[in-house]
Amino acid sequence: MIHIESSFEEDIKKITVGGDVDASSSIQLDTEIKNAIEGDDKKILVDCSQLKYISSAGLGVFMSYIQDIENNNIRLVIFGLNEKVLNVFEILGLDQLLTLESSLEAAKSYLNEV
Amino acid sequence: MKYKFTASCSKDQLKGIRSFVNDTLMKHGLSDIDISTLVLAIDEVCANLMIHAHQCNPDHHLDVEINIQPNKGITFNIIDQGIGFDINTYNEPSVNDLIERKRKGGIGLILVKKIMDDIQFVKINNKNTCKLFKKLSVN
Repeated sequence: MIHIESSFEEDIKKITVGGDVDASSSIQLDTEIKNAIEGDDKKILVDCSQLKYISSAGLGVFMSYIQDIENNNIRLVIFGLNEKVLNVFEILGLDQLLTLESSLEAAKSYLNEV
Repeated sequence: MKYKFTASCSKDQLKGIRSFVNDTLMKHGLSDIDISTLVLAIDEVCANLMIHAHQCNPDHHLDVEINIQPNKGITFNIIDQGIGFDINTYNEPSVNDLIERKRKGGIGLILVKKIMDDIQFVKINNKNTCKLFKKLSVN
């Protein structure tokens, strides 16, 4: 089961993802990320501190927006990955292609860098 | 020691498959990280079969067998009936290709190949077995 919510904190779009993101639930993550990117949000904070599991279907969602993020000067940061979930990003080298931070503070300071 | 689990080819069954693999491996002294990567690999193979070989038809089934070989490793057999899908003949794209083409699929089997030490595909009559071996010290 996936739990997903989105909100705004000033100019930061915050997406909170919890539970399991697998082939049956990744579509919901895709919808939220797509809405943020197409909605012209320039600062996107993805809180994964409650994320228990991710499979390639979920990783594929993040991967498929890497070009949009670069082309549209969007800052997207993912934070709060537990050790097992981080390991999955690392197996594919996605930790080098996406911005991952360990804490909310570090994630916010990345978004607010001038 | 052998364990077996049968699931219907519906994506909502993936959670049950993951629980079965997780709970089985927990009995044999593996680290949390090893368990989580093996759970992921089996989830990927099953999701792939459900979607591409069975079009998520809940009337179709697949079996997941786990064979623990102490001091040697773990063999997973994923058995289904139908057209079959041989992972070894699938040329997976690179991560960079997928990013450029904005594709969301295609990385599951890259993960499986990175996680497992040996993958074989055996087709006998209408029955397909995907054999995945991981060398690990298990008890």
